[in-house]
Amino acid sequence: MLDQSTIDYTLHLADNALVLGHRNSEWTGHGPILEQDIALSNIALDLIGQARNFYQYAARLVNGRGVGSEPGKRGARVSEGPGEPSEVTEDTLAYLRDSWDFKNCLLVEQVNGDWAKTILRQFFFSAYQFYFYQSLQQSQDRELAAIAEKSYKEVTYHLRWSSEWVIRLGDGTTESHTRIKGALDQLWKFTGELFVPADYERTLAAKGVAVDVTGLRWLWDERVNDVFQQAQLVIPAAGWEQTGGKSGRHTEHLGYLLAEMQFLQRAYPGCEW
Amino acid sequence: MQNNNQENRSGWPLWEIFIRSKQGLDHKHVGSLHAADAAMAIENARDVYTRRMEGISIWVVESKYIHASNPDEAGSFYDPANDKVYRHPTFYDLPDELKHM
Repeated sequence: MLDQSTIDYTLHLADNALVLGHRNSEWTGHGPILEQDIALSNIALDLIGQARNFYQYAARLVNGRGVGSEPGKRGARVSEGPGEPSEVTEDTLAYLRDSWDFKNCLLVEQVNGDWAKTILRQFFFSAYQFYFYQSLQQSQDRELAAIAEKSYKEVTYHLRWSSEWVIRLGDGTTESHTRIKGALDQLWKFTGELFVPADYERTLAAKGVAVDVTGLRWLWDERVNDVFQQAQLVIPAAGWEQTGGKSGRHTEHLGYLLAEMQFLQRAYPGCEW
Repeated sequence: MQNNNQENRSGWPLWEIFIRSKQGLDHKHVGSLHAADAAMAIENARDVYTRRMEGISIWVVESKYIHASNPDEAGSFYDPANDKVYRHPTFYDLPDELKHM
């Protein structure tokens, strides 16, 4: 049975992790100091690992071999362009979809900016993933629950690492405080989207498959508030919140990211190391 | 012994890192890295030295607190022990179960 909601949901989770992982990987070789370059690259690899798990599962669902379905029974196939339609893989999902197919939230695709912006983006998203994966471990979909369980430990460290950096920068020098404050002004409007469910999330939350993200908001607020207090930062007043990423309506930055990330597979289809 | 310049361009001091690879073994010196304080040094050590499951415990010590013997004094320090074979506990029978001795 081809369950479009579960496919969309799994892709949403995969895209979140891949796009932020790719953004972090842009720092590799450019970190402010060797040790932090490695730290951020480790986080990038963790996220890309999570993305792979989700893409592999999504590919199985698209190919009609989800958990519980009969082996060998095929669902919809996706054409790879000219020629025969072929089986979907984690790679085709990551490299051959366009920006309107990507379902990541807007926060993760925002450009790196300076170290403060990268740190704050990571902190906001890690705090979200921390509660999200905690909750997803109880999913009725055992595959998603298993990936959540594995990812939870990684995210726990990402949250610890990014929290400490937010505190260091916020409660640091005038320069560092100004920078993280600037990052906050740029990123805050993208945080609300995390807690506004897309249609596929609503459908699956009712079945106990997806996490009810609206219910995570207060936990996230509490955590952010706690860290912000130590960092001498203040949560901005409620204002305009930009949404749409979960349904494929992205900011201008995603196209450039995909152009760079997908270039090789687009220019040399099937190219391998 | 004085180490005057242990700060790199970022102004972060140098830390010596010790990793215990498994329960029952000692913490071993594995290298050094830069960090702003002890908490960051432990996290940096986790990211730099335990990526491939090398450890289960980390110690960090700011390098300036390590005091070392002088290589020039090696002769007077260590050579006299050369001919004191009776200092080795080789006259005891060790049980087979004892490892790491």
